Amino acid sequence: MSQRSIEVILQGRRSQPQQLIEVLQDIQQDYGYLAEQHLKTVASALGVPEIEVYRVASFYKAFRLKPAGKIVITLCLGTACHVRSAHLLLDEAIGELGVRQGEVTPDGLFSIETVNCLGACALGPIVKENEVYHHHMTPAKLRKLIEAIKHREMGGN
Amino acid sequence: MSRLNSFRELEHLRERLINQRKSITTTVMVCGGTGCQASQSRKVIDALQNELSKQRLEGQIRLCVTGCHGFCEQGPVMIIEPDNLFYCHLTAEDVLDIVSQTLIKGKVIQRLLYTDPVSGKKIEKVANIPFYQMQDRQILSQNLMVDPCSIEDYIVAGGYSALAKVLKGTSPEEVVKDINDSVLRGRGGGGFPTGRKWAECREAPGKEKYVICNADEGDPGAYMDRCVLEGNPHLVIEGMMIGAWAVGANKGYVYVRNEYPLAVEHTRVAVNQAREMGLLGNNILGSALSFDIDIARGGGAFVCGESTALMASIEGKVGEPRAKDVHAVVDGLFHKPTVLNNVETWANVPFIMLKGPSWFSTKGTARSKGTKILALTGQIKNTGLVEVEMGTPINTILHDIGGGSVSGKQIKAVQIGGPSGGCLPSSKFDLPIDYDILTEAGSMVGSGGMVVLDENSCMVDVAKYFLTFLQDESCGKCLPCRVGIDRMLEIVNEITEGKGKLGQLELLEDLADTVSQTSLCGLGKTAPNPVLTTLQYFRDEYETHIREKRCPAGVCKALIKYYIDPEKCTGCGVCMRGCPQKAITGVKKELILSIQPCVRNAEFAEVNANLKRLE
Repeated sequence: MSQRSIEVILQGRRSQPQQLIEVLQDIQQDYGYLAEQHLKTVASALGVPEIEVYRVASFYKAFRLKPAGKIVITLCLGTACHVRSAHLLLDEAIGELGVRQGEVTPDGLFSIETVNCLGACALGPIVKENEVYHHHMTPAKLRKLIEAIKHREMGGN
Repeated sequence: MSRLNSFRELEHLRERLINQRKSITTTVMVCGGTGCQASQSRKVIDALQNELSKQRLEGQIRLCVTGCHGFCEQGPVMIIEPDNLFYCHLTAEDVLDIVSQTLIKGKVIQRLLYTDPVSGKKIEKVANIPFYQMQDRQILSQNLMVDPCSIEDYIVAGGYSALAKVLKGTSPEEVVKDINDSVLRGRGGGGFPTGRKWAECREAPGKEKYVICNADEGDPGAYMDRCVLEGNPHLVIEGMMIGAWAVGANKGYVYVRNEYPLAVEHTRVAVNQAREMGLLGNNILGSALSFDIDIARGGGAFVCGESTALMASIEGKVGEPRAKDVHAVVDGLFHKPTVLNNVETWANVPFIMLKGPSWFSTKGTARSKGTKILALTGQIKNTGLVEVEMGTPINTILHDIGGGSVSGKQIKAVQIGGPSGGCLPSSKFDLPIDYDILTEAGSMVGSGGMVVLDENSCMVDVAKYFLTFLQDESCGKCLPCRVGIDRMLEIVNEITEGKGKLGQLELLEDLADTVSQTSLCGLGKTAPNPVLTTLQYFRDEYETHIREKRCPAGVCKALIKYYIDPEKCTGCGVCMRGCPQKAITGVKKELILSIQPCVRNAEFAEVNANLKRLE
């Protein structure tokens, strides 16, 4: 994903407060998270008070205020995944990586996130490795996936 | 793509496209929906594309990458027409055989056929697969015909002819009347009569009006809206255009979850194509209708499925609902009259206008008409999207379409309607899918999520799951919802941890009553439903947790204890490697594993013969 500058993202949207969420979505898509400076720039460009921008950015789950890990492991905890023991996957991920959901491993490689539904309920439990979906997951499969990613990423360096 | 300026030009284009495709003898439809993409359907599609072009078969064989077919469990899936052949669980390696055997020689490849889990037989044709056979796929069947990113496909399949028919000679009042006569009710949850909503918005004062498509499918376990929007976005757009004509709106919004990247992308492509063809813009097809659509991406807040919160979110604000003393049809988006309907509701509109309201109202029950798409998930054999006529009994869906429970154990309950719905026990499985009957039983049709629970599921845990979800998703604006759900969760947590006390169930019911009566919006009003229905139908499970400190299904972690049986332990070390908490220590082969307190893991006990569960 090419990273557009904030100026490009704001083009044609200045002084339009109703564009706030769309602008924040675009920034997060390109930069991976919303930095304090981004929020300030957006506030003045759209004419929205900083506190309101922060309120919106912290209200919606989709927004991250801190950088994520290089590999984001997203666990679906929707009802269909839950009844197929998705909570065991969360235990597994936390146990394997040593960080909780919303946190990043000290080496910056992994972060764990949870989501309420990815809409692939028939194939649950679903785990997403960045944008790649893994279906019918079990704790053992997740452990192997994490090991494979570690191996791939460490080997590449 | 050139702009279409009249109805005649649209029909000419349709004829030309149909003629162009006359040389096509075979169509291969591969599912490119989110579910099948998760099962690597992209690789199959790429390999097939390569092979067809290598063998120069593109003139006769058309590869159509469609949206979701609904049978996600079998993915990646493929349908070959005109033979109606169904192949499933495909890999890229199968492509060579499919082309050389089936597409060229017309031979059926046995290993790729679907095996019916009930009879154990292989089935060739889609029409003979029980999962599809028992359904009435009005909306979903369209998904098979079109590539969602091709407006030409949609036009060939008869797309935009409902719009043309309406713009040619149906007044807005007549459209409203037709929708009213069809008795179409909102498919998103509430089941409010769509015609009445439209009529009120049409009559509301003001020139600036809006129509909104609610595709913020926040109900975990339901994905029919994703499937329809992702698989056939033009159908939804056409429905919205007809709605705009009826109520007098010039602007529409599709509010779609950002967790559905494919749906966002396909809607974007579709809107752009419609704009290029002049199907969105000024004086559409030379008529008096001027209308355009923007896409607003949701921020992952469940409460934004509530209409007033959704509108606040489109306005760029925090998604908090407001009191509905004045309805959105009068004071909605940007304080203008607004009609907000769910994806599936919009998708029904073109069919009703094309086939007539009586076609629609002959399907279904006395007060629930047409078909409903349900997401069948959980502990059931055939998971996927199921479209049935309203009034179909739950039993038919679970057993004839769903094929029964996956474990062979008895189906204990089905959770219908997501966090606002409730759990129905097997004694209620003869109830039909009907708005009013399900509400009476304590559940609701809702958006149509059906999560099947078998003996391995703990009903107290299910209640806890939904309370945790709702506590997290409550926007916090009003106290009954914010604090009430919190307190309810506290009690249910105590029960699942073995700290429950007698009398807490009555307190829970009391709290539930207060929360549902005094909350501001639908989220709070319906939040107690999962607790109330599990209490109503599965009270004995709560009581076992409280009195015996036991979880009959073996789900509640705090009530499970593990120990190592020295007689059975061979010291193989499998359990040691398997424990995510590293709670088992010792040396391999030396039988001195010991276990420490940890997060207990029920599945773990089942996979490891060395461990025995104490209940």
